[in-house]
Amino acid sequence: MFDLRWILAMLFTLYGTVLTVLGAAFTTDLDLARAGGVNVNLWVGIGMLIGAALFGTWAGLRPLRLPERSGTEQAEQGPTEQGPTPS
Amino acid sequence: MKIPAISNVAPQQLTTHQPATHQLADAGLRLNARPIDYALLAVYFAVVLGIGALARRSVSSSLDFFLSGRSLPAWLTGLAFISANLGAVEIFGMTANGAQFGVPTFHYYWIGAIPAMVFLGLVMMPFYYGSKVRSVPEFLLRRFGRFAHLVNGLSFAVAQVLIAGVNLYALATVVNLLLGWPLWVSIVAAAVIVLAYTTLGGLSAAVYNEVMQFFVIVAMLVPLTLVGLHKVGGWHGLTDRIKATNNDAAAQLHSWPGSNLTGIENAALSVIGIVFGLGFVLSFGYWTTNFAEVQRALAARNTSAARRTPLIGAYPKALIALVIVIPGMLAAVLSPELAAYKASDGTLKNGVTYNNAIELLIRDLLPTGMLGVAITGLLAAFMAGMAANVSSFNTVFTYDLWQAYVVKDRPDAYYLRVGRTVTVLGCAIAIGTAFIASGYNNIMDYLQTLFSFFNAPLFATFILGMFWKRTTPMAGGVGLIVGTAAAVTVDQLNRHHVLHMSGQGPSFVAASAAFVLDITVSVVVSLVTEPKPDRELAGLVWSLTPRQTHREALAPEDSGWYRNPVLLGVGALVLATVLNVLFW
Repeated sequence: MFDLRWILAMLFTLYGTVLTVLGAAFTTDLDLARAGGVNVNLWVGIGMLIGAALFGTWAGLRPLRLPERSGTEQAEQGPTEQGPTPS
Repeated sequence: MKIPAISNVAPQQLTTHQPATHQLADAGLRLNARPIDYALLAVYFAVVLGIGALARRSVSSSLDFFLSGRSLPAWLTGLAFISANLGAVEIFGMTANGAQFGVPTFHYYWIGAIPAMVFLGLVMMPFYYGSKVRSVPEFLLRRFGRFAHLVNGLSFAVAQVLIAGVNLYALATVVNLLLGWPLWVSIVAAAVIVLAYTTLGGLSAAVYNEVMQFFVIVAMLVPLTLVGLHKVGGWHGLTDRIKATNNDAAAQLHSWPGSNLTGIENAALSVIGIVFGLGFVLSFGYWTTNFAEVQRALAARNTSAARRTPLIGAYPKALIALVIVIPGMLAAVLSPELAAYKASDGTLKNGVTYNNAIELLIRDLLPTGMLGVAITGLLAAFMAGMAANVSSFNTVFTYDLWQAYVVKDRPDAYYLRVGRTVTVLGCAIAIGTAFIASGYNNIMDYLQTLFSFFNAPLFATFILGMFWKRTTPMAGGVGLIVGTAAAVTVDQLNRHHVLHMSGQGPSFVAASAAFVLDITVSVVVSLVTEPKPDRELAGLVWSLTPRQTHREALAPEDSGWYRNPVLLGVGALVLATVLNVLFW
């Protein structure tokens, strides 16, 4: 098992960084005019970085625990593997 | 066909991207994607495939492959639950409805989806999960026996694999339109990526990717909505523009009675149509019996998590409506082409239709970079939709057709191999379907409509079977066939102009007829045939299931008052009601 929250954190860190850099350094007047004066890349980039931080914090504070396969769970799974009509 | 109501009622269909239309629109809709946009897209698909490879390590039995070993936490299955539905038809169809009808489109969410999801979580899920069935058809097998099982297993498997093809074709037309790639390149490339991760990682890979897709879609839709609203001068700016350009602005800005959506003039009948037809029959049928949805909940790690799956999904589902419908309304005022099309009442042939609403908004508002994220989100949505079809198809085919009727009593490893092989076959058939669809748009359109008719009678049979222990095995099978036949008959009569209904009328009437006839016939047949003995129905019928079997010792991560299913369900209904009142 792996933790999807870390993958989301990494993906949005990457996307957020790229968009923030594009927004901060490469925004043209045309881009601004199209969006009614908003620097879309910059704001979305910052938003994504915050989102990534939240995922990272969540995954760090509440790490994934390995599911314990207790005896009762094994017993419950028994019939389902034999066929569709355990009754 | 993610929500039956859209696929058969919306006057504009995704599949109406006729070849002739895109030649006209080619130049106009092409996005100016730069290398950096493609790089963002490539990163996403590298991660998707990586997840498939990682998920493979946890697949050691068929249950791992088809149901993630029943091990996933509720927040994952809950988001996957709505994400499996948040595919192409949903995003394009609902922004299109928003552009054309405005606020009444919200009914698909707040009257349609939310109550049905709450009902699934609170009432039906204990039976699905508690009985340990591995699929919706398997529940029918346990409750009604082989007749109903075979009818549903076959119709579901055929429907899913063909719908996977429709999703694939829809993806290819959009990629062709936006990026200019040939149809066959996108069809094959998308199918290979979906095939790779679903064959490797099974349902886990599909679920993880659906959740990731959900966040990318949100990262695209929220900025699009906010920027659009900013540009038009806020909500009041939007309503002013709609009032200035539409004769029926009042109908577009109030959710009730929604006459423009239903095509029913009489306000009271229109409300009944929305509440009973769209809300009760169509939406309950789709959300509670469609295995592509229910499968996500069955992958949860215990009954509590399974019940919470649709309930947790209900909150983002209620809110995401805002960033799907409002962009549609924005596109109809911000995009000059779409505004002209709407002003002409849909008769102008200027190369755009309501279906292009979100594409036009993306093209007109987003700069390079954000554009890449938007393209990624759209493609991810299409592929997650197809993966949901494929992963539910392989489960039903392996467990309900192959293991139940063809090759029985083999070791589990054999069925895991069958599952992987069938996934490959399913994708191959989907590619074939996609190519057929590219030649015969209307056939696919018609197939979508047809398959949406399976859900209404299925829901009727389930409800009767769960709450009336007298319902007999024969009634289950006969009811399904008669109900489906009723829906098809109403549809055919209307198509051949024997009945005269327009707008959404036909689908509401067809689904309602299916529901009522299924119940009637099932009751009559039940009264003259032999029911199953009570002892075989424990856990399958409400009155024969001891209440405490629904409760179980909870692990610490599944306890806590805020994880109480009833509380979550009531909260979701309150949220939907508040939103409904705000847009009254």
